Amino acid sequence: MNVLWLIMICVSIVFAIFTGNLEAFTKSIFDGAKAAVEISLYLLGIVSVWMGITRVLEDSGLIYRIAHLFRPIICRLFKNIPGDHPSITAITLNVLANLFGLGNAATPLGIKAMQELDALNEEKGVITPEMMTFIVINTASLQLIPFSVIGILASYGHRNPAAVVFPVLIATAISTMTALLVLAAFRKIFR
Amino acid sequence: MIEYVEYISLLIIPLFILFTVLYGTFKKVRVYDSFVEGAKEGPAIILRIFPYLLTIFVAIKGFQASGAFDYLRNAFYSVFAFLEIPIEAVSMAIVKPLSGSASTALFTDIVTTTGVDSMATHMSAIIMGSAETTFYVLAVYLGAVSIKKTRYLVPVCLVADFIGIVIAVAVARWFF
Repeated sequence: MNVLWLIMICVSIVFAIFTGNLEAFTKSIFDGAKAAVEISLYLLGIVSVWMGITRVLEDSGLIYRIAHLFRPIICRLFKNIPGDHPSITAITLNVLANLFGLGNAATPLGIKAMQELDALNEEKGVITPEMMTFIVINTASLQLIPFSVIGILASYGHRNPAAVVFPVLIATAISTMTALLVLAAFRKIFR
Repeated sequence: MIEYVEYISLLIIPLFILFTVLYGTFKKVRVYDSFVEGAKEGPAIILRIFPYLLTIFVAIKGFQASGAFDYLRNAFYSVFAFLEIPIEAVSMAIVKPLSGSASTALFTDIVTTTGVDSMATHMSAIIMGSAETTFYVLAVYLGAVSIKKTRYLVPVCLVADFIGIVIAVAVARWFF
């Protein structure tokens, strides 16, 4: 992250100087800050709601029952999760929310999953293989139906907006599998 | 079929909440107090994420405003010119991992300027649907648990994003 950020900042400033976009660049820094505040406020609301819901799941013990149910599926990808650990439930719910395009639920449940996975982390601050797998799945986008895309196409009078559903599904399925293969390859190299 | 899935996705959260509170009550949990206790964690989590989000957003917005973004897009466009990818789709491929709201705005723009049935529109639609806002996901999820050493995660995500775009382009060519 450090290298990537450094490159982005330095390249941007050099470009801003040479293209005469200095004013726009400086303004954009504060736009970025503003966007971060707005998104954080939005996240504050939805994350708190889902923390409330998952607390009820924990207190009632349901979180362990769901974990037990989905353990056989989730643990194929996440090998080092012990027993009916709550992280299994959080990962399952995050994946389901992603599949159904429920963005308001997917991010908070993903945060919950990261916290649960961090509870298993012996070296805090260093990423674990399980966290990597989880993040890679989330950055590869698993969505059954791209509602927002269909919505935009429909509103501009596309004859059959649903025509994109099948191609998107194929593209998503292949790219998610490829992403996991890329991760596996890096894991072999950097062992 | 689409309507069916859409209805399920509308139903899934309300039903889940209903089941959770009923099950909790059945197990003698005071659900109201339990919910409040959980919600208390929210602000601390957001405080932890906020600096990460801010830092990455400043870089992304700066990158777009400085002209570096346009240069990158044109570079990609000329390098992959032999694939005859519409330049709009190239923009989409670069914007999508950076910003969700910007990619939605760009997609609307592509639909209005190139028409709903153009290759640019279809290709962008597939990229929109099959790629994710990688940088945002990284900032939020890593920030939430204060991960500093990400090892090889970032290169993996970037390589996977790139391959994902290639797949999206190939699939678009195949279908449209």
